[in-house]
Amino acid sequence: MSDLTKMTLSGALDGMAKGDFSSEELTKAHIDACMDGADLNAFITTTFEQAIEGAKASDARRASGTVGKLEGAPLAIKDLFCTEGVKTTAGSKILGDFTPTYESTVTANMKADGMVMLGKLNLDEFAMGSSNETSAFGPVINPWRNDVDLVPGGSSGGSASAVAADLCLGATATDTGGSIRQPASLTGTVGIKPTYGRCSRWGTVAFASSLDQAGPIAKTVKDSAILLESMAGYDPKDSTSINADVPDWVGACGQSVKGLRIGIPKEYQIDGMPADIQALWDQGIEWMKAAGAEIVPISLPHTKYALPAYYVVAPAEASSNLARYDGMRYGLRVDGKDLADTYERTRTEGFGDEVRRRIMIGTYVLSAGYYDAYYLRAQKVRTRIVQDFENAWETCDAILTPTAPSAAFAVGRKVSDPVQMYLNDIFTVTTNLAGLPGISVPAGLDKSGLPLGLQIIGRAMDEATVFKAASALEDAAGFTAKPEAWWK
Amino acid sequence: MFIAPRIADKKDWITTDTGDWEIIIGLEVHAQVASESKLFSGSATDYGSAPNTQVSLVDAGMPGMLPVVNEFCIEQAVKTGFGLNAKINLFSRFDRKNYFYVDLPQGYQISQFEFPVVGEGEIEILPIDADGNVGEPVNVGIERLHLEQDAGKSVHDLSPDETYVDLNRCGVALMEIVSKPDMRSPEEASAYVEKLRGIVRALGTCDGDMEKGNLRADVNVSVRRPGGELGTRCEIKNVNSMRFIRQAINYEARRHIDILEAGGEIDQETRLFDSVKGETRTMRSKEDAHDYRYFPDPDLLPIKLEQSFVDRIKSELPEMPDVRKARFMADYGLPEYDARILTSDKVKADFYETVAKGRDPKIASNWTMVELFGALNKAGVELEDSPVSADALGGLIDRILDDTISGKIAKGVFEKMFAGEGTADGIIERDGLKQVTDMGAIEAMVDKAIADNAAQAEKAKENPKLLGFFVGQVMKASQGKANPQAVNEILRKKLGL
Repeated sequence: MSDLTKMTLSGALDGMAKGDFSSEELTKAHIDACMDGADLNAFITTTFEQAIEGAKASDARRASGTVGKLEGAPLAIKDLFCTEGVKTTAGSKILGDFTPTYESTVTANMKADGMVMLGKLNLDEFAMGSSNETSAFGPVINPWRNDVDLVPGGSSGGSASAVAADLCLGATATDTGGSIRQPASLTGTVGIKPTYGRCSRWGTVAFASSLDQAGPIAKTVKDSAILLESMAGYDPKDSTSINADVPDWVGACGQSVKGLRIGIPKEYQIDGMPADIQALWDQGIEWMKAAGAEIVPISLPHTKYALPAYYVVAPAEASSNLARYDGMRYGLRVDGKDLADTYERTRTEGFGDEVRRRIMIGTYVLSAGYYDAYYLRAQKVRTRIVQDFENAWETCDAILTPTAPSAAFAVGRKVSDPVQMYLNDIFTVTTNLAGLPGISVPAGLDKSGLPLGLQIIGRAMDEATVFKAASALEDAAGFTAKPEAWWK
Repeated sequence: MFIAPRIADKKDWITTDTGDWEIIIGLEVHAQVASESKLFSGSATDYGSAPNTQVSLVDAGMPGMLPVVNEFCIEQAVKTGFGLNAKINLFSRFDRKNYFYVDLPQGYQISQFEFPVVGEGEIEILPIDADGNVGEPVNVGIERLHLEQDAGKSVHDLSPDETYVDLNRCGVALMEIVSKPDMRSPEEASAYVEKLRGIVRALGTCDGDMEKGNLRADVNVSVRRPGGELGTRCEIKNVNSMRFIRQAINYEARRHIDILEAGGEIDQETRLFDSVKGETRTMRSKEDAHDYRYFPDPDLLPIKLEQSFVDRIKSELPEMPDVRKARFMADYGLPEYDARILTSDKVKADFYETVAKGRDPKIASNWTMVELFGALNKAGVELEDSPVSADALGGLIDRILDDTISGKIAKGVFEKMFAGEGTADGIIERDGLKQVTDMGAIEAMVDKAIADNAAQAEKAKENPKLLGFFVGQVMKASQGKANPQAVNEILRKKLGL
């Protein structure tokens, strides 16, 4: 039998349907890969025993004729999703040995569809970071490398690394400012952030509530559609969940883009854009044209304000969302001489530098006297950005941009310079601020042989067009490169 | 921000060696919404349950948990808004009020800061002084009503060095009703709270139980020279009875005056009322005041009410106390005093209307207010727990009206009813209290009384006032059961009056 871990999710589901192999065989192959890939540090917690049990149960269900959308597929979960009975850390020390008694809606949906969970994936602490170096459990290493260890991007670095290295068939991720798409771009994988409200936030540790959105990282556009169809859906337990049916996104993949109007925003041509990325973007435009799409120059004039606005709004919400980690009811507690001292010691010891930095920024921008100048102003920028997109949709149906301003970079290179790190999100934050769907598709390699992604942004609720355009891009790019398996 | 144009009645001024002062009072009343589940979670709200038995994952601030607004609570807030004659805001929003405390698991309270569900309104109050004198009606402006979560309860006295936390109350829906600084005396303040209590109870939006803390007031007090510039205010937190409200205001106003007359300044601060010592003391000063960093809660969508929803609530409103009072005066012919007391509370008003149904309204009100309320008051029992039901009291009144017993006998029967000895009919029967209406028997008693007091009977012809003496003799002989009218009539005839 060929290496089962090289399969796509779609191929594996077909293979099991045809009886070529069982979930147990597939799962064991992936467990072996996970063990081989331990140096990538992609997992915080593995659940191999439960996975094998789960795979056997899945095979039994299949034998009895019950086959879910993800039946028997070994997948992995970003450790931001609460999983019943399995330790959930959010990449932080502050949660200690916290083991939820409940299951997030997203993972519950996937379990109901037959997922086999291999474990919980590493991430930047509380999803705050663009390189996976802020994790309390050590950095994740990108399977792609050139002489030195590279970061996989973040915050869903564990998800991206695990999928790129074939440790799992697909993974959940979350995206607050680009945390699905940027790591996908840096690892040669596909990552989609759906419309805000498509995936329930219930049971997912919150970073910035108005921006957080779950989505998958996968090997192909179609795989990402399969995963998202399972993850998404209305949830009355999340007031911001959208009450709409989940469309046939898998069916949208491969549909013709003939006549589709693809917008090219001039403001995304930033100073200092690496030539490789500009060239790939230009190439992407040619591919879409060749596939029959119409290319439309567009303007998103407030783009340059998006990143600063994001780094006001996201920390503001985070400073409040993370207040509950106070050492009183669960997680780490460091006793002090009185209550205030206990709070301070617990949170000083429990949170890493980046999380503390953002809590301080967030606290500052919400403070009396600064609220109007920062938070309120950022919200106004946000309204303008939404309006920019609204205007753009008059003349185009989807937007093509680079995903990230650089390929994977060396571990340690940007971690001491927060502003450099924040710039990673420059092409991705706009969709979070506007709540729009965005996907990153691997489209080529840079001069040093590292993967680069292109991003398709769509209208709110129109993931179907995003999948359609993304699969056209995928077909044209024919990206088949894989990293050399140095970690085995 | 606030202006306070009205000057207090002179009788409410505090006069000292340096001149006159008036008290400026504003209140923030927290009324717990009468809802079976919490504002943002499905947990129950039963009072007195074992600690931490009514706590959901949301209430405990577990990772990834999200609030979902309880629509019933919104409806109750809108209803209460109508009761306050206030503007209902079709757009409102929940904000987070951020601070750390052990009884606040989320690290923030979800409240409404910028856009409350209910805006400005006004209610009319009737202040009553300690001697029961009713003052002129006063209009008290309502600034706003907003919804917010209650916090949990910290228990400091179970252990010398540990604090226990009970989260049962955490997340329970409160309506915070903020008045304008329109009150000028302790009596006005307690009349205002009494009026609010009557309104929420009439609407059924809050049970108004102050002992359980389901209705409690933060009292803002400042003093000024009558009509002068407003002074610095202090806020007295969580005062939970009408008497304590008056005491706290009196104490606080005196404290301010003492400081100002000694040349000092008032520190704007939050204070606590010690009901045992009858004084207020500092809880936290302005310097310690939190910066709550309010911002819109991103987990919740703004509340956009449909006009039809608001209209439906309005159309279903029960009769409000003021309207009911007017009706009691018009339909039952009750004096203002009776109507006011009876309609001050829905339970009282409902009780009275049951008693009065098909009976003389004034007799019904006398028996309800004087006899029953008096007895309840003396026994320290709430009307809800009255041993004499409205129907039972009605039954007693029926026996007076059909001359089975006299009013005097009825009082004795009532006492027995109150003691749980049964219905009026049962007690009358058991104790043989039925009024003697047999003319022959009464005549015989009259004859005997005249015969026994022949000299007095002679005098009575000259001095008709002696009639009372003979009535007394006959009533005594009948053990009070003789029909007084018949006795009177026969006596007059026999005595030749």
